[in-house]
Amino acid sequence: MMRFLLLFSRQGRLRLQKWFTPTPEREKKKIIRDMTTMVLARKPRSCNFLHWRDLKIVYKRYASLYFCLALEDQDNELLALEILHRYVELLDKYFGNVCELDIIFNFEKAYFILDEFLMGGEIQETSKQIVNRSIEASDMLQEDDNSDWYEVELFG
Amino acid sequence: MSDVVEKTLTALPSLLSLDSQPGSGKLSSTSKLGNLIRGITELTSKHEEEKLIQRELSSIKEQVASPNTSMRQMKELMVRAIYCEMLGYEASFSYIHAIKLAQQGTVLEKRVGYLAVSLFLNESHELLLLLVNTVLKDLQSTNLIEVCMALTVVSQMFPKDMIPAILPLVEEKLTHPKEIIRRKAVLALYKFYLIAPNQVQHIHNKFRKALCDKDPGVMTASLHIYLQMIKENPEGYKDLTASFVTILKQVVGGKLPMDFNYHSVPAPWLQIQLLRILSLLGKDDQSTSEMMYEVLDESLRRAEMNHNITYAILYECVKSIYTIHPKAELLEKAAKCIGNFVLSPKINLKYLGLKALTYVVQQDANLALQHQLTIIECLDHSDLVIKRETLELLFRITNAQNVTVIVEKMLEFLRLSKDDYTTIDLVGKVAELWFIETMNTVFSLGGDMMQPDIPNSFLRLLSEGFDSTEEDRQLRLFAVDSYVSLLQGEPGRLPQRFLQVISWVLGEYSHLREGLEPATTLRLLAKLLDMKHTSSETKSWVLLAMSKLCEGPDCVSLAQELSERHGGSLDTVLRQRVQELRHLSEDAELRASVLPRDAAQEPLEVDSSLSFLDGFVSEALSAGAAPYKPPHQRQEELAQAKALSLEPYGLSLPISMSSCSLADRQSPTLLSMSSGLSGNSTDLSHKGGSTTLKLDGVKRVWGKDGYLAQKEPVEESAQVEVPSPLCSPSRQGGADSTHSQTPTPTPTPEPEKEKQQLASSLFVGLGSQSSVCLMGKSEQTPQRFRRKAKGQGSSSGASEQISNSHYSTQSTVDNLLCNNLLDSTVTSDLAVSTPEQTPQLSQEVATTNGTCDAEQDLIEETDPGNSPSLIRANSTVTADPPAHKDPDRPKDSCLSSHLPAELAGLSHSEIIPLCSSQNLDLSACHVQKEDALLLVIFIENSSDSDIEQIGGGEKPQCVGVPVFPDGEEASGSRGAGWDGVLPAAFWGISSHAVLLQTSINQFHQVHCFLPSDLLLSMALLTQSMLVSCFCLTSLLFLCLGRPLCVSTEEYGTLWLAFSQDTKQNLALLNDGQDPLTATLDVLKNKLQLHVVDIIGAEGIVACRLLQGQPCLMHCRVHAGSLAVWLRSPVPDLPDCLLYHCQRALQEH
Repeated sequence: MMRFLLLFSRQGRLRLQKWFTPTPEREKKKIIRDMTTMVLARKPRSCNFLHWRDLKIVYKRYASLYFCLALEDQDNELLALEILHRYVELLDKYFGNVCELDIIFNFEKAYFILDEFLMGGEIQETSKQIVNRSIEASDMLQEDDNSDWYEVELFG
Repeated sequence: MSDVVEKTLTALPSLLSLDSQPGSGKLSSTSKLGNLIRGITELTSKHEEEKLIQRELSSIKEQVASPNTSMRQMKELMVRAIYCEMLGYEASFSYIHAIKLAQQGTVLEKRVGYLAVSLFLNESHELLLLLVNTVLKDLQSTNLIEVCMALTVVSQMFPKDMIPAILPLVEEKLTHPKEIIRRKAVLALYKFYLIAPNQVQHIHNKFRKALCDKDPGVMTASLHIYLQMIKENPEGYKDLTASFVTILKQVVGGKLPMDFNYHSVPAPWLQIQLLRILSLLGKDDQSTSEMMYEVLDESLRRAEMNHNITYAILYECVKSIYTIHPKAELLEKAAKCIGNFVLSPKINLKYLGLKALTYVVQQDANLALQHQLTIIECLDHSDLVIKRETLELLFRITNAQNVTVIVEKMLEFLRLSKDDYTTIDLVGKVAELWFIETMNTVFSLGGDMMQPDIPNSFLRLLSEGFDSTEEDRQLRLFAVDSYVSLLQGEPGRLPQRFLQVISWVLGEYSHLREGLEPATTLRLLAKLLDMKHTSSETKSWVLLAMSKLCEGPDCVSLAQELSERHGGSLDTVLRQRVQELRHLSEDAELRASVLPRDAAQEPLEVDSSLSFLDGFVSEALSAGAAPYKPPHQRQEELAQAKALSLEPYGLSLPISMSSCSLADRQSPTLLSMSSGLSGNSTDLSHKGGSTTLKLDGVKRVWGKDGYLAQKEPVEESAQVEVPSPLCSPSRQGGADSTHSQTPTPTPTPEPEKEKQQLASSLFVGLGSQSSVCLMGKSEQTPQRFRRKAKGQGSSSGASEQISNSHYSTQSTVDNLLCNNLLDSTVTSDLAVSTPEQTPQLSQEVATTNGTCDAEQDLIEETDPGNSPSLIRANSTVTADPPAHKDPDRPKDSCLSSHLPAELAGLSHSEIIPLCSSQNLDLSACHVQKEDALLLVIFIENSSDSDIEQIGGGEKPQCVGVPVFPDGEEASGSRGAGWDGVLPAAFWGISSHAVLLQTSINQFHQVHCFLPSDLLLSMALLTQSMLVSCFCLTSLLFLCLGRPLCVSTEEYGTLWLAFSQDTKQNLALLNDGQDPLTATLDVLKNKLQLHVVDIIGAEGIVACRLLQGQPCLMHCRVHAGSLAVWLRSPVPDLPDCLLYHCQRALQEH
């Protein structure tokens, strides 16, 4: 089972966090700090797997963004790399040539996509098409009343 | 998808024409969030960012509170609040609004609301209760998107005790027509199974239906549950093996819809899940394994090496093949596969190859031999992760012949490593492969970070020695020599622990070295006393060693000099040691009787009741002396005598060193600690125990050759030429060439030669001829030297000894009670055995310990309400988890999973098997609730037949006994699986007997709930149970102490109101910048105290027992130590707390 997924930038700024097991706030902060320092210190082209306490950390860098996933002892590291990759593919399909800015400005979308892809620390849907279809289905409802929203923006 | 949505989808193109991109969210960079983000990126300093965010937060706060804010605006506000939280700023005011948004918004707003809730709130957050109704409503909604959202949030962070409320609705969704709903429902149930297994027990047959679902996605989801259940009980699911094999066959054969392909590999996630399940089922089971050989072969064949995902499948396949009952043909293929991994230029694959090698090397050492040169290369790899993995592999193949080289490599790594976790792990491993010189390096590098058992066990081993006395002498002699030379060098840089070890060894054994004048050693030791950073603990070790050594006129004068210099020390312990030293140096006869040479092994008999003093006491009493009063009583009288005391502390009370000076060969640490229990003479009994040093479990890696060899390790490795199958003549030649001038037969390039030489020294003794030499590092015996030391009964760690001592003093009382009980009520001849009597059982205790620790780790994460430090404090009495899985493991986790739901998240002690009869197994643990301490007894029917009232099958049942507070009806009696609840009324930290008595009486009351023979066995076992459950009453405070939050004013009022008080000096921690804060922090974390205020050099601290009696503590930094003054309405509480404070500080 996956324990947590973190996305952070090259400068160590957190972009997205997902905790699959309940973790106290203080612990979260410590983990985020540990992960960023540990992963950012890695040289390019070194191994994508790390040990941290009793967890296996699998990380991968996509452009300026680091994806960092924590696994339990029995999990398959290579498969985890593919999970990260599939997530990036999903983001890419949704945003169209995704970049860090997309995730910064639309982080809630990134969360929604993640929720369709993973659930409870396990993979839920591996098909790109299906995940995107359900995200777009939800988004459709949003587009419907987009105009009202702008009004609110203007007058609110 | 719902029909509505599907229709919308068909209308998609026309809508999209407005905005050509599907991810039209990009627009929002013009929104307020966009402004905020841009604002932040333009800032230059952290301070500016903070100001901006605070401004942002207050504006959000204002708007969310306004009644005019629409849900739509609220959604936008929530997104901004989430962003602020992600940057690390708290926006707790918005939590309630997030819930409101999820409750009241339209589908889209709801989605943001749920997202915000799942990001803001933790599982145990009280606001979550407000969410339950929303979730219930959404689960029943006709809008599929709402149902999906509800299921998602439920699997993300739903409070455990609320699961029953929604469980029926989630269950219902298993038969939903839409597969996505079914899939999410299965995953939600999987999550429930993980956090509260007993609540989903009744739907096991529905899981089976999910497994047979026509949608492969639903089936895949159900495999998560099956993996978990099979992990816990592989026997129960053997009948499914054929089904799993068939599924895997179909998947591998590409029978699934294209949707499931990932980069044209059919359903890799599903494949890997199935492989994991199969390996669990086939483990140690030949007939089951035989069913899967074919499909494993097929998987190996189909997974062509071309993409990461196929490597992932291959890796899993290889693991399965090596886990199940072996088949030669498959093993061969798997070995080839591992070879490909190891040799791969891709670093990730190399890493996994090494890992796989580590995994299989126990079964097939030859495989490592085949790749020895690659391994050597990896050992010098620039990536530390690879390096570490290689060391792990080497660790597994360590034997008597290659240990020197391997340890050397490990130490090299240790020098490079900066990470504490790695250091601790590696130090443990090295310690297992230890010997003196290595230990020296370990001590100096590992320093004060390592566990205290390592030096303790080291000394133990040294004093107990090996089988032959000559060997012992040499080992000790070597230790003495190396330490003397170390002290002559620069002792100032050595860690404290190492200095302590050095002093002890020199004190005990320096006489073995002829020609070494005691005075020389004394001077060396005396130098340590003058060093600035030597801690007072170390100083007393040094002085003790000196007392053992002082002989002859030189020494007397040195002792004189020392006593003049240190006689005025503020540290009372030091003062006493110096006095002892002076007296003993003057009186050789006395010294010989007090500190006999070479007596470390002889068990000391300690009269714990101090009866030898009886004559003296009665004489003194008859001569008119005042009877003994415990120190706090004296203090009190002193305070009463003085009408007005402006000084908060009287004379600092000399620590009662009642008999420490006589009990020699103890770590001084222990003594000063036990002195905290003023007036409690029984605590001395443990010293007898600890002096008979136990060595069981410490693996003797080091034979004669081992430690002799280490002077010149390289030569050693070259000399020992065990013919290994792969040692070609040329390699042997290469190995020789560096020492001798033997010309190399084949001209090999220099670096290559080095590698070959290293290889021959590393892999010596690994081949098939010498497979006997393979050290038993099998999974069943993870004999970590350091871990073992913590284990049951063999520890010299302070905590263990304390509990032992209490145990021994108490057992008489317990037995008495037990006998009474037997006389009055017992008529049955139920076979009952206490854990102590049954070796097999006590072994079980040992194994369960391991799991529970892991369990506790888990709890540490799952329950933020419980301070983790408490758990850490507890774990001093539990053993570390064994390095590998052991067969008993699932059983225990199974038990703990049967804790009632409301207790499952709380921290509990290890589950201790109490007894078992032919049909019943009893185990118990205690659970720490916020306001109570519960004793939970697991009753497990181990027979095939049903027992009336307990219910048949293997379902363990729980009985909860609230231990504290008094007489309260157990608050948690509603949970499933609770058979009976016993109110218990008793209180008292010192009155152990009362505690036991009451509990036993309570058990009689259970009769109405449970069958009588069961009760009988329970009552009989109360003794062992309570003793083990509470980790003895001395630890009660650790379980019961809770912070008491009061203001400084309230503290003042309380202080004046309490009568019982105690004063004592405690050690001050020096590691932080502010010793007072550092010390108080440690105490706070370990003992759940509340630090009320710190003013200058003074601090006030408060705590209480559950909801009951308070205890106040006033601390002041005074002359390098911490003067504490405790007050409480209960007489024993201050003493007890004081004792735990001392322990906590010592353990720190």
